[in-house]
Amino acid sequence: MTTTHPEPLLSLEHAQKSFGAVHALEDGDIELFGGEVHGLVGENGAGKSTLVKILAGVHRPDGGRLVLNGEDAIFDNAKQSQAAGIAIIFQEPTLFPDLSVAENIFVGMQPLKHLRRIDGRRMRREAAAVFEQLGVRLDPDRLARGLSIADQQLVEIAKALTTNARVIVMDEPTAALAGTEVDRLFGIVESLRSRGNAVLFVSHRLEEIFEISQRVTVMRDGRHVLTKPIDELTIQSVIRAMVGRDMDALFPKVTTEPGPVVLEVNRLTREGVFTDVSFNVRSGEIVALAGLVGAGRTEVARAIFGIDRWDAGAVEISGRRLPPGSPTAAMRAGIGLVPEDRRQQGLVMDFSIERNIALASLDNIRRAGLIPRGAERSFAKDWALRLQLKYGKLTNPVWTLSGGNQQKAVLAKWLARKPTLLIVDEPTRGIDVGTKAEVHRLLSELATQGVAVLMISSELPEVLGMADRIVVLFEGRVMREFPRAEATEDALMHAATGMVEEAA
Amino acid sequence: MTVVAGEQKIVRPHVSSRAFAEVMFRFRELGIVLALVLVVGATTIDNHLFLSATNVQQVLSAASIIALLAIGETIVIITRNVDLSIGSVLGISAYATGQLYVHHPHVPLGLVFLLALGIGVGCGIVNGLIVTVARVPSLVVTLGTLYIIRGIDGAWAGGNQVNASMLPDSFNKIGYGTIAGVPYLGIIAIVAVAIATYAMRSFRTARDFYAIGSDPDAARVAGIPVGSRVFLAFVLSGAIAGVAGAVWLSYYGSVDAIAGDGYEFQVIAAVVVGGVAIFGGSGSVLGAALGALLLGTINSALVVVNVSSFWSQALAGGLLVGAIAFDRLIAVRVAPALRTRRRARV
Amino acid sequence: MSDLGFQPHDEPPATEAPGRSGIGLFVRWEVLLLVLLGGTIAYGAAVSPYFLNSTNLFYISLNVGEVAIIALALTLIVVTGEIDLSVASILGLSGVFMAELFTHGWPIWPAMIMAVVLGAFLGAINGFLVTRMGLPSLAVTIGTLTLYRGIAQGILPTDTIGGFPTGLASIGVVPIPHTHIPYSIAFFLALAVVFGIVLHATPLGRAIFAIGAGQEAAFFAGIRVKRIKFWLFVLSGTLSGFAGVLWTLRFASARYDAGVGMELLVVTMVLLGGISIFGGRGTIAGVIVAVAILGSLQTALTADLIPAQDQNIVVGVLLVASVIIPNGGELYRRARARLRSAEARRHAAAAKAEGQ
Repeated sequence: MTTTHPEPLLSLEHAQKSFGAVHALEDGDIELFGGEVHGLVGENGAGKSTLVKILAGVHRPDGGRLVLNGEDAIFDNAKQSQAAGIAIIFQEPTLFPDLSVAENIFVGMQPLKHLRRIDGRRMRREAAAVFEQLGVRLDPDRLARGLSIADQQLVEIAKALTTNARVIVMDEPTAALAGTEVDRLFGIVESLRSRGNAVLFVSHRLEEIFEISQRVTVMRDGRHVLTKPIDELTIQSVIRAMVGRDMDALFPKVTTEPGPVVLEVNRLTREGVFTDVSFNVRSGEIVALAGLVGAGRTEVARAIFGIDRWDAGAVEISGRRLPPGSPTAAMRAGIGLVPEDRRQQGLVMDFSIERNIALASLDNIRRAGLIPRGAERSFAKDWALRLQLKYGKLTNPVWTLSGGNQQKAVLAKWLARKPTLLIVDEPTRGIDVGTKAEVHRLLSELATQGVAVLMISSELPEVLGMADRIVVLFEGRVMREFPRAEATEDALMHAATGMVEEAA
Repeated sequence: MTVVAGEQKIVRPHVSSRAFAEVMFRFRELGIVLALVLVVGATTIDNHLFLSATNVQQVLSAASIIALLAIGETIVIITRNVDLSIGSVLGISAYATGQLYVHHPHVPLGLVFLLALGIGVGCGIVNGLIVTVARVPSLVVTLGTLYIIRGIDGAWAGGNQVNASMLPDSFNKIGYGTIAGVPYLGIIAIVAVAIATYAMRSFRTARDFYAIGSDPDAARVAGIPVGSRVFLAFVLSGAIAGVAGAVWLSYYGSVDAIAGDGYEFQVIAAVVVGGVAIFGGSGSVLGAALGALLLGTINSALVVVNVSSFWSQALAGGLLVGAIAFDRLIAVRVAPALRTRRRARV
Repeated sequence: MSDLGFQPHDEPPATEAPGRSGIGLFVRWEVLLLVLLGGTIAYGAAVSPYFLNSTNLFYISLNVGEVAIIALALTLIVVTGEIDLSVASILGLSGVFMAELFTHGWPIWPAMIMAVVLGAFLGAINGFLVTRMGLPSLAVTIGTLTLYRGIAQGILPTDTIGGFPTGLASIGVVPIPHTHIPYSIAFFLALAVVFGIVLHATPLGRAIFAIGAGQEAAFFAGIRVKRIKFWLFVLSGTLSGFAGVLWTLRFASARYDAGVGMELLVVTMVLLGGISIFGGRGTIAGVIVAVAILGSLQTALTADLIPAQDQNIVVGVLLVASVIIPNGGELYRRARARLRSAEARRHAAAAKAEGQ
């Protein structure tokens, strides 16, 4: 590697960003030089995404300094970041499906000819030239609708090239790509680098980072941990830097004697989403579904609960088969689902706290077909108390609650139905540490009461701290199943990145 | 398949779906032309007078007015909105034009059309402002202005009527005149559709309409001024409806308070049949104009084959429902193909 | 936008605001409506000394009966966030259908029942297209508005059909014995009570609100979104068909253009009644008051010798106003936010200039 640029193209120093009480980024540091591919790694929640969004102009940092080409810069919006020569390639780009590929590249800045007419020929020619440069075949005239994610990323990269972006940030670009597509992308990244651009490459897949980067920055808990040239690092040392923290007492795990099998998932397949997924959950047991984002964890949970249909396989609850695609049937069988997206799926945000808590239990509350207001209120109050919900008035809209208390309201809604199987998808996402511990204690308690708990989490400590067994998914398939005793962060990380063989 | 080089292997799987999408895209305009040929052919076999010069001229003239309105409605629908008020705008503009001649018989033609345009633009501004500034769904706004404008028209016209005899011949001639057998109205519509088709392809603003309808949030992120573009779409739609009012008067020769009543449904039917997606983002002015021609032709054919013309509204409604259902079915057919493709990657 | 897993969600207060938005912060919408009703009655009484006498009140309610019944069904649909513009056409087609059956020798009662059944069927077509085919209800019902009316016109283009048994036909124009209440409005009131209870006090009503307020969350809570929507469209069709029967009896004749343009009045009643066009918000009580307002307003305007055509201006303005006003608070907030950000930008620019 030749470091011919003494001055970095971009440097972010001590960037901070909080959302309410949550410090997403406490000390974000990154330096990008022209002609380097810079890997950025860290666990979920380490602050990578926030850092990327600050560079993209989506978030404005609360503190710290962004220096671009030696000058201070602040971005209020995405447009300014683009104008400053930064291009972001997201995991799933948003293109206009009804416009052609060439138009997507040039939207809002189409080349013009006489009378301010769009020079379509030049636009197509330039688009084709860019694809030529990238060494890919993509017809500039075809519609963006139906493009694969890999090709959509290409369109975004082409856009970056036509705007002469110097800094290109790729936010988990390979998360949804297959092997050959990854190879093609790496070829492009290499050619961008050789042309003197700086590429920030964010990825969960460490082997990719080692294949392509010259330097690596590791983040943890919103802080910069280390930045080193790649040849001074090994996969093991990076993993250690990523997870290297003491296990805190956040996880009041109580060991229970598991009872009979409650949930039996047998060779469940939804085409193109997950394949041949089998596992079970026993009464009194917490089973974690682990894996990277996009590995199919949430999708499996949605299918079990009947939100999506499955194409093959079977789901049994206490030996009885569930019909596919019916949340009503799943609920009747005793399943509750605390979904991933609290605001869209977990709660009716405009409804009051009490109505949200009672929403799934109205059939039990009603008398002679009517909902007695008093009964509904005392029902909701009872559950709010049990979960120590902090609220002003039960009639306030549920959006007045803090994130943690919103999550408790969702939990209350399902616990009130006395489920035999509770599925919790990212139960502690976006909630404060105190409430987090409460949620963990609650899940543990539920298990001791004989409830079967299926937990999805992107936080390895949470998975390790709470689960009796861990099922790791990779690209829609079960990669490995760990009993509690055999699970370590390294082993899980390896399995989740599809490196199970090398792990031993 | 596996022997091809890596690069090609990635491109290859998309070819079939791409071809499919392309076919569906082209298919619509071709399909309409085909349907036109079928209707004309079948009707002519039944009654050869259907292709007589007068009948063809009549069909063309009547369809031209709908086609004009369809240009504006297409623009609005492409931005994921709808303008229900065009029939009323046409009505009030037609009546105003008539009144202008009643009071100033010698007013120059250009001024007449300028007035019609002005009225249309005014109505479009009202619609556009309420939709974009107050952020009220365009359906509700234009349903309201549909009746408000019609009401103003009614209050103004009362039971009065303007007749062809009160209009100068130079004006009436626009309605009935022909060049080489082609009615003026047909020429006006063809020219307007040609200009609009070209403009919708060639200007950034026009491409913004498509981007907005395709994904409003992405449009905002891409820095497109969504509000002012949607506003412009309503102004254009109003302007076209205003001019169409004057054209309408020249063709029908007399105007009262109910001119253009119910046109909005015919126009929307024509636009949707012509392949403009009701969800916004795609479609062409040419398709919409062909849709108008098809609708007009079928209406005329009904009369020729002795089906009461009173069925024409049912026909428009049936075609409208059929077209959106058809579009949806195709989209649903395509979706599993996309899903399976994703699986191939995994 | 990609999300890398655990990530604190940015919680912008603006998206949390709908509950607080609008003038609802200061006054309940229903209170405003009562004031408006009072104003309308005062206007009517000022125009005509007979406005408040019982015969006039009878005619007010008679005029508004069919629309009011349809408005109840539409209320439920709008609460779920959908719309049905085809109601007036269903009314027209059902009336024509009933009359056709009658002239073809059907006894009147079965003909009436079949008309209502037809209405249900037409509503089911709407419901099928919206819920099973996933089409936007706006586009579907604009289409069926045209289609159903067109079929009515095709069946009965120019003439009218009358000659119904006088005893039965008279229930369209006479009050319930010993009262001044028309049959249609009695039915409306009974139905309003039922709908009010269902919407505001039963699990089904709660589900309807939940669908409108957060369709996805409702589905995740086990509410059968599609099924409920489908049956609401059937209900809307049924009541529109029933209203068609009442209309035909009231005018003692069936015409294809019965109730043309009535969708404006129905939609206005619902939205003026405080039902949010975006779904999830509103009360039956509000709609009842809105029915009273529009009913008395029309009669008052007629008494003021304002022709029906012009009255549409008033109705249209009310419609547009009733969707703009609840947005008022939001508009104000947006304008203020825009001013503020402009100011912040100026400050930033000034600071930058100083720094250099």
